[in-house]
Formats: sequence, structure tokens, C-alpha cells
Amino acid sequence: MSNLSTRRKPPRVGDAPLFRRSLIGIVLVLVAFVIVAPLVIIGVEAFSKGWQLYRDTVVHPDTLHAVMLTVLAALIAVPVNTVFGIAAAWAITKFDFWGKRFLLVVIEIPFSVSPIVAGVAYLFVYGLQGLFGPWLDAHDIKILFAVPGIIIASMFVTAPFVARELIPLMQAQGRDLEEASTSLGASGWRTFFAVTLPNVKWALLYGVILCNARVMGEFGAVSVVSGNIRGQTNTLPLHIELLYHDYNATGAFAAASILALIAVFTIIAKVALERQGAGRVRKQANPAEKTS
Amino acid sequence: MKIHLENVVKTFESFRAVKGVSLDIESGELVALLGPSGSGKTTILRMVAGLEYADGGAIYFGDQDATDIPVRDRGVGFVFQHYALFPHMTVADNIAFGMKVSKVKRDKAAIDQRVTDLLRLVRLEGLGDRFPAQISGGQRQRVALARALAVDPKVLLLDEPFGALDANVRRDLRRWLREIHSELGITTLFVTHDQEEALDLADRVVILKDGQIVQQGTPEEVCRDPKSAFVMKFLGDANVIAADVRDGRAHAGGLSVEAAGVAEGRAELYARPSDIDWSEQGPGIAAEITRVLDRADGRRVLATTGAGEALEFDVEPERVVKAGETGFVTLRRAKVFGV
Repeated sequence: MSNLSTRRKPPRVGDAPLFRRSLIGIVLVLVAFVIVAPLVIIGVEAFSKGWQLYRDTVVHPDTLHAVMLTVLAALIAVPVNTVFGIAAAWAITKFDFWGKRFLLVVIEIPFSVSPIVAGVAYLFVYGLQGLFGPWLDAHDIKILFAVPGIIIASMFVTAPFVARELIPLMQAQGRDLEEASTSLGASGWRTFFAVTLPNVKWALLYGVILCNARVMGEFGAVSVVSGNIRGQTNTLPLHIELLYHDYNATGAFAAASILALIAVFTIIAKVALERQGAGRVRKQANPAEKTS
Repeated sequence: MKIHLENVVKTFESFRAVKGVSLDIESGELVALLGPSGSGKTTILRMVAGLEYADGGAIYFGDQDATDIPVRDRGVGFVFQHYALFPHMTVADNIAFGMKVSKVKRDKAAIDQRVTDLLRLVRLEGLGDRFPAQISGGQRQRVALARALAVDPKVLLLDEPFGALDANVRRDLRRWLREIHSELGITTLFVTHDQEEALDLADRVVILKDGQIVQQGTPEEVCRDPKSAFVMKFLGDANVIAADVRDGRAHAGGLSVEAAGVAEGRAELYARPSDIDWSEQGPGIAAEITRVLDRADGRRVLATTGAGEALEFDVEPERVVKAGETGFVTLRRAKVFGV
């Protein structure tokens, strides 16, 4: 029994120095090659032929048009999917109805289906040989190879983002708060804006940011339905591909740097929001901070 | 406000939660719905609140049929087991919420005054600008009560209001709720699975089992005259001894107990631990002590009868008893129920 107390404590899982160092090493190497290197290359290559060429590529009408189109797609798809996401999350977490589980699965589909499959499916629905194609053509409505197609495809791909952020949180919060609010005499809208929304706002903003990042970066589905018409139906990711196929690597990298910049701003916004969210929670939990 | 429930039924996906409950609650009465989990007590409370709709039957507030009035317009104050305070609002804003969203417009000064009054009523003066996360569980439940009272409800409904609190806080809040009730005289219905809480607090206790009322009455009535073995067992510790009923008396071991109205044949004697006496000599039911438990308020003895029935009873702290001793138990009083 006596040597039990003198014996070293058994190592915890992963406590061995060799194990720890190799695990950290693997992660650092992977991050360097898979994430950091490509991002650095974008910056280096974009300016490899000088500032002038970079500037020329960025202010080229085709590039500017691609940026505008990408922003337009985001301006429409993000608000629509935000409203959809809130409605879906609210319905699923606050009500019981027939087909609720099915709805949950359907919301997940855009996550599991390859975007290019979605694109092809849209071809069969709205294309000339497709389901509504002839009717749309007869009425002179252009969806495919035009801006509406790009927006619809973007919306499909990003539909789950907001709902996915909200559903677990709202499920954890339960219905008590809404029931309390209603029993105190508040209307449904009042309950939503005064009680539900303030308690999910950080998750909601986070979902919106992710949704926005994905809309702006979406390639596969949009590539199928847009038709890739330079200066007309080219979004920024598609424009990068076109430049690359034109053997204009520098131009492609210059355009890519715009997307990368948007991504960096997105991450900064996300971190800032998380900080603010965390700060608010801390302030609530610590009375001293408030009274001082 | 008088409340009347008439044959109320509620079914959840093929599970009958409430099977035809009729109940009258007088104006100003404090009534406890008491039952084990799954007895339908919370469902009944939620139907009275309008948080759940009845599948059958009717609920009256006074003379008005309230069955189909939505919760928003029903004018009830509901207190949730887990408080359900709005975490992003201060205590004062929580209490003011109902007055702010009300169809009856109040000016800001009036709301502030009422919040101050309510904070004083629930003894939380000066905590108005704290957030719910900054106060204790007992304080949160008092805020929840103030918030429910702020809208001048016709009826106050509490769902296991002290269930999430520790024993001492619970006891304090119980007494305090009773005081508030005497002060305001508001008709109050609360749900609990804790017999002691129900008996301590309520004017009348309604005992439920499997979605039906099995007995109701004042604490005295249900304690002194339980109508069934279930009520007897549910209200407190009970010893069960097999007995035979012959000629209006139940016989067990060397004892016989008055058993008017119980069918002849096999039956069971129910006795509280405090109703059993222990003696070294007979007559009585022979038993052997298996264990002695010392408690702050006395000495509890565990024993087994010759027939193998486990008994629990109390003796005076000075009494010398130890495991292995044999002796006889006699019953000071007992209830007999047929089997």
C-alpha cells in the first residue's frame, strides 16, 4: 500500500510530451500547407506583375460587373434566407405539427447535396427542355442564364445556414419564455421582437454572416445556371475561373484577392460579434462590473 | 374569481393525460393540485391558464366560459417552475413587461410606481436594475411572482413554484407565499408533487392519480381520512400489514382493528410510523428489529414482522433498542383497505 502514495500519478490521456508535440506539429503543418500557403499565394501572385496590372484587373468593367452581381445576389439571397431561417426555426422549435421531422431533413438537403447537382436540377426545371421552360420562354421570362437563376441557385445553396444556427439554440431555450410573454398579454409579434429575437440575436447574426460568405463564394450551382456570360451573368467566383482559363493568372489572383478580402472582413465581423456577445454575458453574470 | 372545471379531458398523441376532471375553486381560495409525475396535474394547470387547450369539457371563470379564451386574454398570472424570466431584461423590466404590452395603456410613471410597489411586496427593494443571472434562485422566483402579479390577474397559477429550490429556501418561500396570498386574497392554484408543501400551504388539497381526482379536501380531511390506499401512501410514510376482515374487524397477528365498511376477507392495515408502539411483551404482532436510525427529531426503527413485512416506526430518543431485538408492535390507530 505504501508505494501507492509515492507512485507518480497516472498520466492523463494525451499527456505524454511526444504525443502532444506530434499532435500540435501535425496541426500546424496542415494549417500551413492547406490554409495559410494558398492565402499567401493569392496576395503574392495578385501583385506579381505590379500594382498597375492589379489595379487594371480590379477596375476592369467585367470585374466590377462581377462584383456588383455578387453583391446583388447576396443582397437578395441573404435577407430572404434570413427570414426563411427564422420562420423555419420558430416553427420547428415552438410548434408541434405533422411533418416536423420531415421539414428538418428537407432543410438540411442543400448541405448534403453537391451544389452542382442543384444547378443541374434547376436546368431541368427551368431550362428550355425542362418542366416550366417552354412556358417561361413563351412568356419571355428569363430565369436561367440570367440574374434570377443566379439568385435562386444561391438561395438554394445557402437556405440552411440561418435555420441551422437558430434551431439548436431555440430548442435548448424551450418555450417557457414565449409562454410567459403571452400569458402576460403580449401579442405574437411583440413576443417575437421583445423576447425571442433578443435571446437569439448573436446566433442569428452569426448565421447571417455565414450565409453571406457562402452566397458570395458560391461557385458550383451558380456556374451551371448562369451561363458564364462575361459582363452579364458572371459572379466574382465565376469571373476568377474565366480569367484563369484565359491564362491570365495574375488577373485571376487579383480578382480572387477581392473575394479573400471579403472573407477576411467576414471573419473580423464574426469575431467582433462574438466578443460583444461574450462581453454582454459577462456583464450580466458579474454584478460588480455593473455597479462600478 | 371562482373557477369551475367541468369534465375536462386532454389527450396527448393517444396518451390520456387528463380523464375527465371536475373541480370547483372558490374565490380567494388557495388550492394545491397534488400528485405523482404523470398524474396530469401540470396539464390541468396549463389548461386553466390557456397554455393548453382542453379536448373536452369546459372551464369557467366566474360565470364566463373561458375554455376557448386564448392565454393572452385570459387574465391569469402564471409562474413557471424554472422562473422563465427574460434573461436580457433587468428585474424591473421583467416586472414591467406585462404592463408595457397590455392593451390597457399606462404611463411610464405609473408603471415605475407599480414596479417599486411590487418589488417591495416581494421584498426585493433595490434589486430592480439587476439581471436575472445576478440574483439567487429564490429571488428569481419572487421576481417571477411579482411579474405575474403586475398585470392584476384574476387567477394566480403556479407550476411547481419551489421545485427547483433547495429545502430551506423552499420552506421560507412557502410561508411567504401564504402571507402574500392572505394579503392579496387572489384565487390561487398551484401544482406540486411534494405532499408537505401542499399540506403546509393550501386551503384545500386535490389529489390526482392517472389523470383523475382521487380525493380532495382540507389538509385535515385528507390526512385524517384518506379514502384509498393510494392517498394513504402518497401523503406520507405508511406501514402495510396484511389482515383478515371478519365481523367488521380486521385481524392481524394478535391485534384487531375496527374495519367498518370493508368487505370480509383479505385486507391491508395501514399505519403511520408515529402510530406504532413497540413493547417487549405481547400482545401484538411479533417483529424483529433490523436497524435503528437516529435522526434530529427522534429515533426511527426498522423491523420485520414474522410474516416478512417491513415496518418503520418511531420510539422516544431515550428508548434503548438495538438491531436483533425481538418484541411486539401495537397500533395506536390504523386504516383498513380491502385488496
